[in-house]
Amino acid sequence: MKMVAPVLTVLAAIIVLWYGATVWLNSQWTYDQAARAGQEVSFSEVVVDTMNQKRPVLPAPHQVAVGLWEGVAGQKITSKRSLVYHGWITLSATLAGFALGTGLGILLAVGITHSRAMDLSVMPWAIASQTIPILAIAPMVIVVLASLGITGLLPKAIIAAYLSFFPVLVGMVKGLRAPDHMQLDLLKTYNASKGETFWKLRLPSSMPYLFASLKVGVAASLVGTIVAELPAGATRGLGARLLSGSYYGQTVQIWSALFAAAALAAILVVVVGIIEQITLKRMGMVR
Amino acid sequence: MTAVPVIKARGLNLTFQTNDGPVHALKDIDLDIEKGDFVSFIGPSGCGKTTFLRCIAALETPTGGELRVNGMSAEEARKARSYGYVFQAAGLYPWRTIAGNVKLPLEIMGYPRSEMDARVEKVLSLVDLEGFGKKFPWQLSGGMQQRASIARALAFDAEILLMDEPFGALDEIVRDKLNEELLKLWSATNKTIGFVTHSIPEAVYLSTKIVVMSPRPGRIHEVIESTLPRGPRPLDIRDSEEFLQIAHRVREGLRAGHAYDE
Repeated sequence: MKMVAPVLTVLAAIIVLWYGATVWLNSQWTYDQAARAGQEVSFSEVVVDTMNQKRPVLPAPHQVAVGLWEGVAGQKITSKRSLVYHGWITLSATLAGFALGTGLGILLAVGITHSRAMDLSVMPWAIASQTIPILAIAPMVIVVLASLGITGLLPKAIIAAYLSFFPVLVGMVKGLRAPDHMQLDLLKTYNASKGETFWKLRLPSSMPYLFASLKVGVAASLVGTIVAELPAGATRGLGARLLSGSYYGQTVQIWSALFAAAALAAILVVVVGIIEQITLKRMGMVR
Repeated sequence: MTAVPVIKARGLNLTFQTNDGPVHALKDIDLDIEKGDFVSFIGPSGCGKTTFLRCIAALETPTGGELRVNGMSAEEARKARSYGYVFQAAGLYPWRTIAGNVKLPLEIMGYPRSEMDARVEKVLSLVDLEGFGKKFPWQLSGGMQQRASIARALAFDAEILLMDEPFGALDEIVRDKLNEELLKLWSATNKTIGFVTHSIPEAVYLSTKIVVMSPRPGRIHEVIESTLPRGPRPLDIRDSEEFLQIAHRVREGLRAGHAYDE
């Protein structure tokens, strides 16, 4: 319970600031409308108006809340206006990309820790891959794959994997190299093979590192999917929802989709955290 | 004794190439260790005592001379799993129970499943850890963890036990107790033990043979044969005249080998 008070205090402060910003940013439109109609408006009328505009510059928190609620609960989940529907489209591509990226990251890490040549040749490229803005790569991947007749989930998953393999790779390389000399020497005294060293020592040692990376990776995967939904006129997914909102000036829709994406990211990270707890507990690594 | 020594070193040399130039870690080591001996290596840091132990274990490769372990080269002996090695830290896997840790070498060496549990139970009772098999390492004290790591080295039937300052990180009371237990264990199993330490009382209390080493380059200064009775020794043997005389000889040897310089 000690945690609740500070969390609520910060939340309240954010909402107060947000309402303040709402009044400040949206009042210009109210004044312009009044001037056009040749009317005078009092400050209280301005405040009320800024909270309830149809296309505000910055929607008020309660407008976003209503938008979210209607998007989640107010529609059939198969409706194109349902955030559950769009969220599921995004989630499925995110999970597919996450699985792909994690698999690739682990495979590369295993190669890098076992082969000096791979360490020297793969690592620089992996780092370089992350310096290229994803916004520049995503449309090209989508277009190239679409020209090959591949559309839908896979191109998005590939972009999600592009972002999520890197933290897994870096974490796993560190994790697989975590055993110290003494532990490696011990296995040498048993004349253990490379495979036994991997399965019995390196892999278990890397678990805490893997889960730390997975948390970063799953969030990156979601970002990748949403970015992949922005270009090329996608109509489904939270990214498409963001884009169509900005096309039509539907700021409430944008913010609702944004919050839905944030909630999804939070849930994914928490789920990975729970799996981490269970796994490490079963391994006896949590006290 | 006429039997072939378990460990035989002749003119053993090891030079490390470092950024500051070559370091002569071992110089002209000649030593025989007979079967069933308890041999301590004592000397100041940098005298090569750990390096020599690691050479016997084939964790380091000598740059010159001859080294035979169980009549084989050190590398062959390692591959034949001729020795158990106990490090300064217990180094138990935190994700394995105590029994799981002791089982580790058995799994790697391919012992049948049915035999593993019996062996684990046997060695855990040898080191006085019955009933702790299901615990995880963090649930045990430092001394108990080190006992578990000794059990791990005993689990397979290696005739040689190499111990590199195994009790160096423990407090003196725990160390006394473990020393006493180690002697009992040694006489119960008839293993040949190589033991690195920098404690004079520990070396004298445990050993049948004390190898006094000196640094720069690392070499054997003197080999002192203990006149104390073989087998389990009571802890208060350390107050006897004979014990103190041997300890004095070791200290003199260390001094003559410039261990107390600087």
